Amino acid sequence: MSISRREFCHLMAMAAVAGLVPGCTSNGANSKASNTFTSEKIYDLPNWGDIRLLHMTDCHAQLLPVHFREPSVNLGFNEAFGKAPHLVGEALLKQFNLSANSELAHAFTCLDFENAAKIYGKLGGFAHLKTLVDQLRGKFGHNKTLLLDGGDTWQGSGTAFWTKGMDMVEACNLLGVDVMTGHWEFTYQDSQILQNIKAFKGEFLAQNVRVKEDALFDGAPAYDEDSGHAFKPYTMRTLNGHRVAVIGQAFPYTPIANPQRFIPDWSFGIRDGEIQLLVESIRSKEKPAAVVLLSHNGMDVDLKLASRVSGIDVILGGHTHDGVPQAIEVKNAKGKTLVTNAGSNGKFLGVMDLKFSNGKVADYQYKLLPVFSRLLKPEPVMQKYITDMRKPYLDKLQQPLGVAGGLLYRRGNFNGTFDQVICDALRAVKDAEISLSPGFRWGTSVMTGDTITMENVLDQTCITYPETYVREMTGEQIKLILEDVADNLFNADPYYQQGGDMVRLGGMDYVLDPLGKAGNRISNMQLDNGKPIDTGKKYKVAGWATVGSKSPGAPIWDVVGQYLQDQKTVHFDKLNTPKLVNVNSNPGRV
Amino acid sequence: MMKQTRRGFLKKLSYLAILAAIPRVAWASWNAKAFAADELQKAIKEKFGDMPVIDSDAVTLKAPNIAENGKVVPISVKSSLENVASISVFVADNPYPLATSVKLGKSSIADISVRIRMAKTSNVIALVEADGKLHRTSQQVKVTIGGCGG
Repeated sequence: MSISRREFCHLMAMAAVAGLVPGCTSNGANSKASNTFTSEKIYDLPNWGDIRLLHMTDCHAQLLPVHFREPSVNLGFNEAFGKAPHLVGEALLKQFNLSANSELAHAFTCLDFENAAKIYGKLGGFAHLKTLVDQLRGKFGHNKTLLLDGGDTWQGSGTAFWTKGMDMVEACNLLGVDVMTGHWEFTYQDSQILQNIKAFKGEFLAQNVRVKEDALFDGAPAYDEDSGHAFKPYTMRTLNGHRVAVIGQAFPYTPIANPQRFIPDWSFGIRDGEIQLLVESIRSKEKPAAVVLLSHNGMDVDLKLASRVSGIDVILGGHTHDGVPQAIEVKNAKGKTLVTNAGSNGKFLGVMDLKFSNGKVADYQYKLLPVFSRLLKPEPVMQKYITDMRKPYLDKLQQPLGVAGGLLYRRGNFNGTFDQVICDALRAVKDAEISLSPGFRWGTSVMTGDTITMENVLDQTCITYPETYVREMTGEQIKLILEDVADNLFNADPYYQQGGDMVRLGGMDYVLDPLGKAGNRISNMQLDNGKPIDTGKKYKVAGWATVGSKSPGAPIWDVVGQYLQDQKTVHFDKLNTPKLVNVNSNPGRV
Repeated sequence: MMKQTRRGFLKKLSYLAILAAIPRVAWASWNAKAFAADELQKAIKEKFGDMPVIDSDAVTLKAPNIAENGKVVPISVKSSLENVASISVFVADNPYPLATSVKLGKSSIADISVRIRMAKTSNVIALVEADGKLHRTSQQVKVTIGGCGG
């Protein structure tokens, strides 16, 4: 199976000798990463336990292998200080006992990113993932495994946008996804969502999406008219003779973080009290050996939920894109719950093996496996599907727009370099003093010197509300926006966080105190030229992705495309990241 | 026989409720002063005078942590207390904090659902009046401008 690995190691060795691998250890100077994969048998998991749950999440429609730089800033405070998922770089390696300069260090951290990326290659891709899934199911026993997808699957690429998520529904059907829940799925029109779910061969679950009462009254479709559930809340599966309950939990704040206009009839929320009642009813009626929550809450919310709700054995989590190598055990009133988070962009596959005794979970083994495309042979049927599906769009996708003057990435609490390019593009093309761009956590990375294609730009921007705007805002209004988003990120109570990162800025800087009270975190706002921003004065501000109503301007990818074509090679002189206070010694920062 | 759908049943029920409502609902005599008070403590005082207030586990307030729409925030209050005379909802940081007050008859079940308007992030306070005391519980409801998620 691993012909590519052997071939690759051989090629790398030859290339290194010839001095062809830039920055590699053997040609001397600057790289710290070793030039081969250290764990030979990364995918050879022993058969252990009674059932196996395979978990993927937040792939954001990345069908091909990608580079995706993990964050260098992911701050946690109060109870989250110094704990997963708020550990980055060396702190993460230390916590989870991972060797520095290894392929695992590359998958889980941003350390020495570009050099390591050259050595270990891209991660993910559905054809490679399919090979891994088939191997893990086949060896363990197909009747004993379940493949669960935490959602954010139908959005994030040009082809997903053009096919309204259907390219991903087909890919998931080929992959063999059994159960899914959602978040960005809800950014298509509701009728489209229902159509896609119909085409999906697995089950779409969400206990926390309800049809609003007046919509029910007007005849809106519901899974259960009496309870108001818009979708099936849970499913029972028998694996190897053991009954397993899987409850779906969609992203609780979808109608707040994303436009309500696509899904006017549905109301969300965490609804942990209702989860508790549901778990109790499942436990008494269905007598399951295990209760699993397939969650799109985000890890901080899941950790809190696990401490408040009892009776759930495992929460397989997503949304916050945290690649956490181990399961976190959380104590609650009647026992403990395991909480995982399986990263993003198709980089990882979580493997949770459970052992039962007396009809209950007695023990577990968890691994979050990085999907190294150089170690896994692409599965031919999936590969062909992806190639054929992309064919009509190839010209558009491969349109060259410019060259990356440095590593382009997004993920992190504050402006990544790709965000800076987007913000600079908005200011330049729209002739604005200040620009705003959302703190999404998806968006793939482009290496220094690589051609930036339209596909790369779409991977960073492709949403169903991409329209841009220019409008006048007072300094006070700008501060209000920054304060609002900062509270969604740094509120001490995870239930009040939305799981995105800080809004990205162009043309202005500020000082941020994450420990400040709501409304008092932002200070010293100033323009790039050093002039303080006056709360009463009006500024010309450009932006995109408005959730309230549709903006009038061109889609953001056209604005960025135009800017890149003008720039040829894109550089960024400075990142408009805030000056932080109260973050010294925070292990959520490299 | 035709199957009775939930929707059809609800519709019929709502007509009944309207009919029943006309003679039966004991609207509290409109306390203009309480609804017009612009501070929480003042509004509570206008409504209830010096009635003692105690925090209580017997009052359950259901409200979203973050409102999906600040203009219509769904709030439910119920109580396991006996002899509940009224249920009131206050929004501390609204221009006029008293959002609603429902007077209950002797045979009423202490369980109400309302939609309230919230100007901004605020504490929402439920007061259940029973046996000459106000039983209180509260929760913060965040009103955000949204966007920028995940």
